[in-house]
Order: sequence, then structure tokens, then C-alpha cells
Amino acid sequence: MTEALQPAEVAQVAETVTWAVGEEIPLEIVGAATKRGLGRPLLGAHGGAQGTGGNRIIGHTLDLSRLSGISLYEPEELVLTAGAGTPLAEIEAAVAAEGQQLAFEPMHMARLYGNDGGTLGGAVACNLAGPRRIKAGAARDHVLGIKGVSGRGEAFKSGGRVVKNVTGYDLSKLMTGSYGTLAALTEITIKVLPAPEKTRTILVLGLDDEAAQRAMTTALNSSHEVSGAAHLPAAVAAQSAVGYVSGAGGAVTALRVEGFGPSVAARTEALRELLGSLGALEELHSANSAVFWQEVRDVAPFQAGDLPLWRISATPNNGAAVVRDVADAQSGTAFYDWGGGLIWYRLDGPVDDRLADDCGATVVRQALERHGGGHATLVRAADEVRARVEVFQPQADGLAALTARVKDSFDPRRILNPGRMYRGV
Amino acid sequence: MKMPDPDQAVLARRAEIIVAMRTIVPDQSVISEERELAVYESDGLTAYHQLPMIVVLPETTAQVSQVLAYCQRNNVKIVPRGAGTSLSGGALPLADGITLGLGKFNRVLEIDYDNRCARVQTGVTNLAISQAVEGDGFYYAPDPSSQIACTIGGNVAENSGGVHCLKYGLTTNNILGLEMVLPDGEIIRLGGKHMDSEGYDLLGLMTGSEGLLGIITEVTVRILPKPTSARALMIGFETSEAGGQCVANIIGAGIIPGGMEMMDGPAVEAAEAFVQVGYPLDVGSLLLVELDGPPAEVDYLIERVRSIADELGAVSIRVSQSEEEREQFWAGRKAAFPAIGRLTPDYYCMDGTIPRHRLPEVLSRVAEMSKKYDLDVANVFHAGDGNLHPLIMYDSNNPGELERAEDFGSDILRLCVEVGGVLTGEHGVGVEKRDLMGVMFSEIDLNQQQRVKCAFDPQQLLNPGKVFPTLHRCAELGRVHIHRGKTRFPDLPRF
Ligand SMILES: Cc1cc2nc3c(=O)[nH]c(=O)nc-3n(C[C@H](O)[C@H](O)[C@H](O)COP(=O)(O)OP(=O)(O)OC[C@H]3O[C@@H](n4cnc5c(N)ncnc54)[C@H](O)[C@@H]3O)c2cc1C
Repeated sequence: MTEALQPAEVAQVAETVTWAVGEEIPLEIVGAATKRGLGRPLLGAHGGAQGTGGNRIIGHTLDLSRLSGISLYEPEELVLTAGAGTPLAEIEAAVAAEGQQLAFEPMHMARLYGNDGGTLGGAVACNLAGPRRIKAGAARDHVLGIKGVSGRGEAFKSGGRVVKNVTGYDLSKLMTGSYGTLAALTEITIKVLPAPEKTRTILVLGLDDEAAQRAMTTALNSSHEVSGAAHLPAAVAAQSAVGYVSGAGGAVTALRVEGFGPSVAARTEALRELLGSLGALEELHSANSAVFWQEVRDVAPFQAGDLPLWRISATPNNGAAVVRDVADAQSGTAFYDWGGGLIWYRLDGPVDDRLADDCGATVVRQALERHGGGHATLVRAADEVRARVEVFQPQADGLAALTARVKDSFDPRRILNPGRMYRGV
Repeated sequence: MKMPDPDQAVLARRAEIIVAMRTIVPDQSVISEERELAVYESDGLTAYHQLPMIVVLPETTAQVSQVLAYCQRNNVKIVPRGAGTSLSGGALPLADGITLGLGKFNRVLEIDYDNRCARVQTGVTNLAISQAVEGDGFYYAPDPSSQIACTIGGNVAENSGGVHCLKYGLTTNNILGLEMVLPDGEIIRLGGKHMDSEGYDLLGLMTGSEGLLGIITEVTVRILPKPTSARALMIGFETSEAGGQCVANIIGAGIIPGGMEMMDGPAVEAAEAFVQVGYPLDVGSLLLVELDGPPAEVDYLIERVRSIADELGAVSIRVSQSEEEREQFWAGRKAAFPAIGRLTPDYYCMDGTIPRHRLPEVLSRVAEMSKKYDLDVANVFHAGDGNLHPLIMYDSNNPGELERAEDFGSDILRLCVEVGGVLTGEHGVGVEKRDLMGVMFSEIDLNQQQRVKCAFDPQQLLNPGKVFPTLHRCAELGRVHIHRGKTRFPDLPRF
């Protein structure tokens, strides 16, 4: 029988893992359990594919949601510490009240799986980021320290509460994006930053993907500190809740400028000049900008439904070329963030018979390979599909072997989320 | 500082190892004469020296791979070395080890403006990257004071910072990809031109790994368009408390300057005596604040910072009116180390980080220690991020003074940890802070780090004797103690 254990303190997490190691019973690690649909499926009891695809059936769920609460927040020191199970929304509200923000703008990914919410631990375990990734980095760039329990049942820490720190290996980064396969995180310290005084978004209307790609690259190569660069083809733009976007009657390329008032005004002006010859321009002010970039961040256009969804991290200036190649072989709808470096590609309609086996994985990954490399993740698909298809980008042999050894060094008995990322890891 | 005992069996085979190396790299790239080896006996931490067994200077990744594979088969230790400017003894040679010099990897391989990145070999200097792209209006942001000399590979190995890191991040935030060679000779590529390499963040792990995990041969760095303008304020305060408060108020106002540095009275005096840039000499602390961006932003923020400083009773405020003046303001700060060097036969540079608001307390306790150890100290401070560089002045010709300086330094670092900070902000643990690691980490923490080391280097041949106070064998660390049936099912709420 599967049970969900809810430790309220670190010692209990350690006790649980130690017990699981002794019994060789794998554990599913969750915060708010909003992203079970991400990664290779683990759990029989929650509708996952029982033991298919080489994953061991998970014995129990280790639910960290009770390790919750902000234990330290010093706005002038730009630092915050919270339990790994603290709702992300609680942290966002706390920092907003001080005029600050999580600069990595974590996407609320749960919304892709029909859920809402999510925890700080989940955001870190998935290395979430949003449109500001291009300027401010991802979760990895803002985690200063972690505490966690390894798959050996040992409570350990890494990093600290200061930004400048090279004392020992940066295990905090290693935890970030490890999807709970190395440790059950219990406490996380992150860097927070001042929220911008003002935001403007310049919209260039009616560009095709190639022209939009050039526009985004031009803007990002300027000194105007663009903090968001997205392109929504016509069908995607039409779904926006922002009238200027949905009413544009075509594709919308968006460039965000943030900061102090006089600076935003000067940079907006400069960007208008730079991009004016490419197409008609429109401008969003702070409130509309917030709505628009949240839609981009959370992939709002593709939230509804359960069509398979790929998240493709590409060489930025090759974004449009990758999409062109994928679309040639597999019909779908795409939109771009990160100046072309992040592509969301939804497979539309019935998956072509030839491709049904791998849900487009070969097509997507070959296109990426032809255009400078990167990685593609099948972020949404039925459990049965994710058990079969490599959800995460397959690794070269040497790297795969190293990855397995790193897993060994934390979790030799494969107790923590085994197989969530790669078979056997 | 005790280094691992030299392996006599390896020393006995020195001649044979030299021959083997000459089958991999050209003859002249294997250095074995004592006179020439002496060049490599220290890095930037000159208090320590040791002649390496031999020095090998490969120039291709394939050669690095062959050297490493040979060393693994023959149980020979390796110390990677870039420019040898480490201030923590990270590149200190081993008597029974090969120092692997990477200076011949000095080519910029590709500049890709459309993707805002450059691919360079590991031995390219930090400054050379910015120079290669500056004509087109770009630069590489992390700017350690040693940037003329230090290599990008060394920067990655130490996760180096510079005055611009407050706003633009450290090395770890500014690289996209790596090529590296594992101790068994396997060549691995991490990342690329895209963001966030998938899988475990081994790129993040390698950054700051101090040459213990693999040999870096190539780095893909992010380059940024240069800000259109920059100006600096030079603000004097009577006390360092007031200076520290000014830093807090600037950040509290939501301003993250391009650079924000502080010097105490002795550091200001030394710098002014050395470069004569017009620093006020009657201050307890001097703050340099640089704002960059479009002129509209810079002008606006200069005024805001000026009024914050005014409110706190600054005794002098100057705003740079030209590029030359801005550079002049910085010239004193950039020359702070050599300026101290003129006042004393030797100095010892510490590198702890503290939560910023603890600065006044830390400075006054450092002043007490200075009396106790009877050694002068000057403080320069990456004020925005709490990274403190006390420079302890001593004379190694006076018996016992080096030891006293080291004890003083250790006390400062313990204090940093005590107030919630860390042992090293950017210079690395190396040999210097190795034996203090226990102040910050438990045995479990350190063992977990060493297990990661074992995943890369099971024979522990890469840079042993650095970072970890005690070396455990990988087999011993890997053991899992199973208590089947002995541990009761945890008595926890379940649903
Ligand atoms: C005057 C002066 C000022 C300085 N200012 C700063 C500063 O402002 N900020 C700062 O952060 N640091 C500073 N430093 C410290 C030093 O310059 C940096 O740590 C620098 O990154 C070291 O680079 P390097 O090429 O000299 O490396 P080295 O000293 O040769 O090596 C440093 C470490 O990296 C390893 N290593 C080197 N190359 C490789 C490689 N290719 N693969 C694997 N491991 C490798 C070595 O084994 C060693 O452990 C300063 C030093 C001096 C002397």
C-alpha cells in the first residue's frame, strides 16, 4: 500500500529516508505535488503506469509540504530563507510587500497540469525560470544555500546566506534541476532583488517567425537591457487577455524594458527607433505588461487541454529555424520566449502515425541537433507516453555515465524519485 | 600546512614518466630541469612553495586526455594550472605530481554575436575575452582585479568575481558551456550556446571546483552589450559604520549599482600614496559607487545616491565628470593590493564574506585582533555583496610573523562564519583554508562533497591536498549501512 508521509521536521525526513534505505523502498518526493505530470512517471497509486518503462513502482510518497514557512527575510540584505515546502505564492507575496521580487520569475508550471500552486522546493528542484531568464538567470542563479537529506538518510547542507561564496563545491546548484533525485530538500536560501519601478513592453506587429527572430536578436544585442523577448504567432497572440495583443490581428513580437522611470522612458524610446522600420509598433504599460508576461511565463496559451507539449531550449538565434524544421514534419503550434532560446511547441491534432511511437521526439531532437544543439523536454504527455519516450534530452554516453555516478554519490540505493529523469538514475 | 605524503614509488619512476609524457606532447613541452620548474613552485599565495615533479604543457584536448589517462593508469597526481594567480594555493604543486599548465590553450575559437557568446580555450585571459569583442560594443562581465593575467579556466575553477559582479553576477552566472576532461581521459561537453543545460547542473558544480573534478579545456561565455554610459561617485564618511549604512540604504532604495566598493582609512591612505588620484585622507571609510546604463538612468541614480549619502552626513562627495575621472576613482581601488604591498614586506589577503549589516562589528573586532597579534591591517570590501578583503601586513623575515599573520587570518575567517558568513567569497579554499573547512561544515557535509569528488575522480588524483582537510578513500565513503528490519517505520502523520 502506498502512503504519503508528512514529516514536520528535518529529523523526521532523515528518519523516513533511513527507513526506506533499510527496506529498499523507493520514495516519491513531493512538495505540493502539482507537477507529477513532469518527468518520467513514478507512481502506481496516483494513476502512473505501474512499473512500465523500467521504473520501479514507488513505495511511498514523502510529502514535504509541512516544512513550510519563511524563517529569515532581510530585504536590505537581499536574502530569504524558507522551508522547502513553503508555497511559492507565499514567498512572492512576502517579497512583493517589500518592493522586491524573485528576479528569476519562476513560471507557475502547475498550470500546465491542471493544478495551481507549487512550493519553493519544487521551483528549485525543477530549476524554473521565466521570461527574465535572459537577463537575470534561472532558479540556479538565485539559490544561495540548501539543506536537504540525501538518499543515504543523512541531513547535509551546502552554500550559505551570502551571494559571494566559493567555500566547497556548489552543491546548491547541483540540487537545482535535479528533480528530487539527489536529495529531499528541506530548506532553501535564495537571493531576492528589488522589483522594477516601471515596466514597458514594445510590441512589433505582424512579423513572421524569421523576421521576429531578427527583431528579438537586434533588441537583445542592443545596450537597452531588454528583460523579456517573446514572439507569439497570430493564432497564439489571439488568445491573450491583453486587448492590444489579441486585437492586433496577427503575430506579436514583444520586448520588455524594466527599471527606474527615466531609464525606462529613454530605453523604450531607443528601442522604438531601433525596431520602428520592422513593423507597426504598440506599447504596453506596467499593468498590461504584467498580465502579458505572466501569460508568456506560464505558457497560458497552451494550458488548456492535454495535447503533448515540448519545451525546447535552443541556440537563441536559431529558434525560428528549429520551429520551421519541426513544423515541416509534425503539425503543431509554437511560440517563443528568451529571444528564441525557449520554444514551446504543442503537437496539434492526432499525432502523425509515423511519429506516434515517440510523440515527435525524433523530429524535435533532430531539428535541434541541426541547428546548434540544445535540449528538448516532453513536459506534457500521457503517463503511458512518458514511460516510453525519453522525456529529458538523452545524454551522450560519457555524460550519462557521469550522471549515474553523481546519483550514486547521493543516493546509492536509488531511493529518491528513481527514474524520474533518466532510466535507472 | 601538511600536504599528502609523496608517493615514493611514483618519484622513483620520474624518468620513465617524463619519457611517457614526451610521447604525448612535444619534448620541449615537458619541463623537468629544476631551474625551469622553479617558475611553477608557487601561485599567488607566495607563502607556500613546492617544486613540482614535472610540468607538462599540452596544447590540445586530445593530449590532455592522453596525459590524464596515463596518470590514472599509473597512479600519478595532477595539479591543473592556469596563470597561477590563485590566492589560496589552489595551483600549489605536489612533489610527486605533474603540474599541468594550460597556458597553450590560448585561442579565441568563435565569437557569436547573434547568440551573445564566445567560445574560448581555457588559457585565454579574462581581459582578452573582453578585448576580442569590445570593438563591437560587447564585453565579458566578471572582472577580477587580476584580469590581465588570470585565465578563464582558472576563473571557472575558482568562480571568480570582480567589482561588476554585484549587478552582473559571478563567473557561474556568465558561462554557458564547457569542454572538460575527466581523470580517466573521457572528454565531456556540458551546455552549449543555449541556456540551462539539462540534466544535473554539472556546469554549476564545475564552477568553483578548484581543479578537483576535471580539466577544463574550453569555455563558452556569455558576452553582454556594453552599457552606453557609466559614472561613479566617491563618497567619504567619518566612520565605516556610516559607509556601511550608506550601502544598506542604497540597496534598500532598490538600487543595484554596477559596482560598490568600500575601503577603510588605512587602505585609502595607502592607495592615495601609491596612485595619487585625489582620495580624501581624513575619512574613516571611502565608498565608490558606479552607476551604468543610459545617461538618463545614470544621471537620475547619481542624484539619488548623492542624497542618500548627504542624509547620512557624508564628509565628501565627488561625482565623476568624465571617463578619465571615473577611471581615476577606480585606479586607487584597483591598485589597493600593490599599494599595501609598498608599505610592508609581505601582506596576506583574506577573503571572507559576511552579511553586510554585520560589517561595523566585524571591523571593530578585526581592529582588536590587529592589536592582539600586533600586525597592521587594511580593509577593502566588495561592499554590495559583503565580501571582505582584510590585508594583513607582516614581514616573513621576522621569525614567527608569518605564523602570526596566518593565525590572525584564521581568526578573521572564523569570525566571518560566526556572524553568518563564509570562509571564502571568491579566492577559493585551496590549501589556505583547507583546515578551516570544519568551522563551516560538518563531517557529513564534507563527506557528501567528497563523494561527489569520487564520482569524477575515484582515485583522487586531481589536485589532492586541496579543499578537504581529511582525505577518505572513495570505497570507504561509498559504503551504505543498511539496517533492514531494524529501523521502525517512521511514526509520522500519513494520508
Ligand atoms: C593581484 C591579484 C588580484 C586578484 N583579484 C581577484 C579578484 O578581484 N577576484 C577574484 O575572484 N580573484 C582574484 N584573484 C585571484 C585569482 O586571480 C583568481 O582566482 C583567478 O581566477 C585564478 O586564475 P588563474 O588562471 O591564475 O588560475 P590558477 O591560479 O592557475 O589556478 C587556480 C585554480 O584553478 C585550477 N585550474 C586552473 N585552470 C584549470 C583548468 N583549466 N581546469 C581545471 N582546473 C583549473 C587550479 O588547479 C587551481 O586550483 C586575484 C589574484 C591576484 C594575484
